[in-house]
Amino acid sequence: MSSAPRKTDIGPPHFEQFLPPVIKKNYGKWKGHEIIKPGVMVHVAASGDKLFTVRAATPRLLSIATLRLFADLADKYSGGHLRFTSRNNVEFLLSDPANVDPLIAELAREGYGVGGIGPAISNIVHTQGWVHCHSAASDASGVVKSVMDELYPYFAGTRTLPGKLRVAFACCLNMCGAVHCSDIAILGVHTHPPKINDKDVPKMCEIPSVVASCPTGAVRPATVDGASSVEVIQEQCMYCGNCFTVCPAMKMADAERDGISIWVGGKVSNARSEPKFSKLAVPFLPNNPPRWPEVVAAVSNLVTVYAAHARKFERMGEWIERIGWPQFFKLTGIPFTKYHIDDFRHAGETFRRSTHVRQSKEAET
Amino acid sequence: MSEKKRETPLLDELEKGPWPSFVKELKKEAARPMVQDLLGQLERSYEEKVGHWKHGGLVGVMGYGGGVIGRYSDLGEEFPACAEFHTMRINQPAGWFYTSTALRTIADIWDRHGSGVTNMHGSTGDIILLGTKTQELEPTFAELTEHGFDLGGSGSDMRTPSACVGPARCEWACYDTLGAVYDFTMQFQDELHRPAFPYKYKLKFAGCPNDCVASVARSDMSFIGTWRDEIQVDQEQVKAYAASGAIDVQKDVCDRCPTRCMSWDGKTLAIDDVNCVKCMHCINAMPRALAPGNDRGAAILIGAKAPIVGGALLSSVFVPFIKMEPPYEEIKELIGRIWDIWSEHGKNRERVGEFIQRIGLGNFLEQIGLDPVPEMIVAPRANPYIFYQDDVFAQPGEEA
Repeated sequence: MSSAPRKTDIGPPHFEQFLPPVIKKNYGKWKGHEIIKPGVMVHVAASGDKLFTVRAATPRLLSIATLRLFADLADKYSGGHLRFTSRNNVEFLLSDPANVDPLIAELAREGYGVGGIGPAISNIVHTQGWVHCHSAASDASGVVKSVMDELYPYFAGTRTLPGKLRVAFACCLNMCGAVHCSDIAILGVHTHPPKINDKDVPKMCEIPSVVASCPTGAVRPATVDGASSVEVIQEQCMYCGNCFTVCPAMKMADAERDGISIWVGGKVSNARSEPKFSKLAVPFLPNNPPRWPEVVAAVSNLVTVYAAHARKFERMGEWIERIGWPQFFKLTGIPFTKYHIDDFRHAGETFRRSTHVRQSKEAET
Repeated sequence: MSEKKRETPLLDELEKGPWPSFVKELKKEAARPMVQDLLGQLERSYEEKVGHWKHGGLVGVMGYGGGVIGRYSDLGEEFPACAEFHTMRINQPAGWFYTSTALRTIADIWDRHGSGVTNMHGSTGDIILLGTKTQELEPTFAELTEHGFDLGGSGSDMRTPSACVGPARCEWACYDTLGAVYDFTMQFQDELHRPAFPYKYKLKFAGCPNDCVASVARSDMSFIGTWRDEIQVDQEQVKAYAASGAIDVQKDVCDRCPTRCMSWDGKTLAIDDVNCVKCMHCINAMPRALAPGNDRGAAILIGAKAPIVGGALLSSVFVPFIKMEPPYEEIKELIGRIWDIWSEHGKNRERVGEFIQRIGLGNFLEQIGLDPVPEMIVAPRANPYIFYQDDVFAQPGEEA
C-alpha cells in the first residue's frame, strides 16, 4: 500500500478539462445545427466557428481494447476529443470537416457504423441481462443485437422514418433501462410466482421485509416444517420480483416460462404532445436465443407499420392516438386480448368512458 | 484456476450482422480467464434460457456504502474465474465528455485490476467497470482517485446525477446543465456515497423540454430547461425554410402546435407567446429560424420512477420556473427539506414519488413549505372526499 493519504469524496473530474477548444470557446453560444448526412451533424456558433459531430453505434458493452481504439481514432481525427450519448452511442467531435469521411471509413472497417441522428432509430438503451444480472427474465445484449441487425437500415439512414423512434430494452420489471416511456419498449417478463426455498428463507431473509415488499399483499409469513418461512398467495402474485429483490430465496427465473413483452407509444420529450407511458402491444413472446426471431419480427412489424402510416414528425404514440387503438391493432395484426386491459391500481382510467368509437363492421364480431 | 477455452456456438451467432457485436467485444478480452469463463457461463445461459448470477453480495470500498455491486456466479465451481464478478460504478464526467488520455486512463486501470469489460455507460449514467474480485476493489479505487475519478451511487442513496450535452453543444440549452450537474454532485458527495435514504434518489438535468436525458421518466427530481419570454424568431429564416420546401410552415409547424398559438400568412410567422407552452416542436422543426427566449431557467418536476414497487410514475411539476444560477442555494435548501421529510416518514424502498402519492401532494407541499399553484395539476380534484382542516374557516387575510 502506498503511504499517500487515502482520497475519498473527490467527485467526478471536472468536465471542462475534457471539452475541445472549439466548445470551450463557444460554450453556450451555439446558434444552430444541421444534419449533413446520416450520423453527421454540424453545429454553428455565433462566432461562425463550426463543430462536426460523427455519431457511431456501440453495443454499450465495450472492451478496453475498443476504448483504446476510440482513443486512437480521436487522436487521429478529432484532436483527442470524444463523448458518449445518453443512448450509448460514441460521438467524435471534429473541427476539420476533411476528417469526417476518413473517420467514418475507419469506424466502418472496425465494425462501428454511423447514424442514429434525426428521424432515425438510435441505439437501444438496455440493461445487463444474463451478462451480469441476477433478476433477468431474458438476455439484454443478445436481443438488442438481433433487433438492431434487423433495424440497421433505419439507423444508418438507408431507410427513413416520419419521426424519431426510440427503442429501449429492460430484462425485468425493475426496468434499469427505464423503458416505460419509449416508442417501442421490449421488456423481459416473469409469468409465474417465485419458487420459495424454505430452507434458505430464515437464513437469508428478513421475513417482515419480504412480507412488506409485496405490492399486492400476496406474501404472508408461514411455518413450514416447524421453521419460519413465507407463502405466496398464487392468484395475487403479478410476478414483479420485488420479493426476490429483498430475499434471494424467492427465485423468479424460470427457463421455460420467462419471456418478453412489447410496449408501444411512450415518449419523454414535450414536443407537441406531453410525455407518455408506453402501452402493451404484445403480452408475451418466448425467449428464443440466440436470435429471438419472434421478438425481432414483432418489433420489425411495428416499425414498418408506423413508417407506412404516421405523418411527418409524428411519434409512435401520437400516431396511435390520432388513428385510435382499434385501428392500431388492425393495422399491425396484433391480437387484442384480456391482457391488454389494465387491472392494477386506477385501471379504470384506461377504459373508454365515451361513445367516441370509430365504428366498423369488424368490431361486431 | 481454469484456463480452458470455452466453446460458444450460440454466442458466435451474434458476431454476425451489421450492428456492433457485444460478443466480439467480449472476445477482444478473451485472453483473460475471467472473460473466458464469463463467455462460458453466458453460453450456458443461452442454452438453458436462464441467468446464472446470484443475488447481490455486500462488497465495497472502505468508508463507502455504495458504488460497488457485488455479484457471484451460481456456477462458481464450473466457471471459477468469474465466480466473483463485481461491478464498480464510476461517476462519469458531466455530459460524458472525454479526452483520449482520460479514456486510456480508465482502460489502463481496468486492464490492471478487472475483466477489461465495461459499459459506456450504465442506465443512470455511470461508467460501468464490469467484473472484478473483492480483493481488487480497494486497489482499483486507489488508482481511480489518484487519477481524479470517484465512485458513483448504488442502493438507497442519491444516485449519480446526469445531464444532457447542454450548452457545450446545444443551442437550445436553457441553463448550464453541465455546470449544474457538477455542482450538485460535488455538494452531495456524502449522500451519493453513503446510503441513508428510504430508497434511491435520482437527479437529472435536461437543458430544454426535449429532455434528452429522459428526466421526466427516470428521475426523482427533473430539472427541465424552459423560458418565460418570447420565442426568438428570425423571419428571414422562416421564409427560407418555406421557400426551400423542406418545411410546410402551416402544416408542419402551425398545425402541429399543441395550443395553436402560431399563424403564418406566407410572409410572417406570428406567435401568441402568452399561450405558448414551450413544447419545442416549432424550434425543433426550424432550428435556424427559431430559438428559445432569453429569460431562461428550468421547471423542477418531482417523483418519476420505474414500476417497482407500486407502479411507474412520471415526474410532475413542483416548481414551474426557477432561475438556474450558481450557487443554487434555494434549490439545495429545497432538496434538503424534501430529504428530511421523506427520510423521516418514507417507508423502506418507497421512492419520493410513491411517498407523495401516499401522503398527498397537498400535504407534502405543506410540509416542504411550498405554496400550491395551479401549474402543478392538469385539473383540480373531481372527487369530494376532502380532508378539511381548520384553515378553511379563516377569513381572507387572516392567519388560520
